[in-house]
Amino acid sequence: MGDQRARTAGPAERADPSSRRWLRRLRSAGGERDAAIAELHELLLRAARFEIRRRRTAFPQLRGEDLDALAQQSADDALMAILEKLDEFRGESRFTTWAFKFALYEAAANVRRRAWRGRELPLGPEAWTPLADARAGPDHGTQTAELLAALGEEIERSLSARQRQVLVALALEDVPIDVLAERLGASRGALYKTLHDARAKLRKRLAARGFELPDQRRRM
Amino acid sequence: MSEKARARQRLLEQLLGPGEPELGCEECFAQLDRYVELELAGQNPEELIPGMRAHLAGCAACAEDHDSLRAYLLELASPRKLLRPK
Repeated sequence: MGDQRARTAGPAERADPSSRRWLRRLRSAGGERDAAIAELHELLLRAARFEIRRRRTAFPQLRGEDLDALAQQSADDALMAILEKLDEFRGESRFTTWAFKFALYEAAANVRRRAWRGRELPLGPEAWTPLADARAGPDHGTQTAELLAALGEEIERSLSARQRQVLVALALEDVPIDVLAERLGASRGALYKTLHDARAKLRKRLAARGFELPDQRRRM
Repeated sequence: MSEKARARQRLLEQLLGPGEPELGCEECFAQLDRYVELELAGQNPEELIPGMRAHLAGCAACAEDHDSLRAYLLELASPRKLLRPK
């Protein structure tokens, strides 16, 4: 119990005064808590609308009323997640920043799921066999063409069926990871682990074949 | 670099990932608010949260979550926002 107290006391001590006030109000009872929840829901709704506005051009099939319903749903989902995870707030950012990430996450995931609803996921060999044909294409003889062709071969030869399925969907077909997770009944984290392991295996195999692999860190 | 060469480079990046130690999606989400605030404060968040940048390079969905939170905080901080009536 002592450990538990230390864990819950830490974030409150670290947090800025405004964040501490949010925590206190959300943990209170009665009218003060209700008012805090209503205020927080309004903030989450604004964040969800912002995210959906950002994404609507990528999904023109979504109509205005669908978008507002999605924003409302996202704010509701985010509020529920926040209230459940309140003890996980570490006080290492402002409380509102911590809360916004839930609204933005829910809005993005809801838009992606809605946009992919009813669409078939392309997961078959037609997705990766063109890689192996790179040697015969106009880039014949270049290092990139050789690397892509070898990648196609190793995807076919070295990966398990599950690794191949996940790699093809996420890396070749740009299926959003939460859409894939929903279809396969897996968590986003578990699918990313599968992707990570598949990539590591491919890197190892290609290095063993003498390929020099690029450093691909994101430039921030 | 030509458009086609860039597309091939992107394809290689997506297939091979960052190739260095990285966080998982859950820990990335747990640290995202702290990471973005550090970035916007002009600090180097990678020093405090190692493996985050590699994960953002390898995970398109988490990179989108990062970009969204960063964009939203910038939007809230923009002078135009301050002038907007309630």
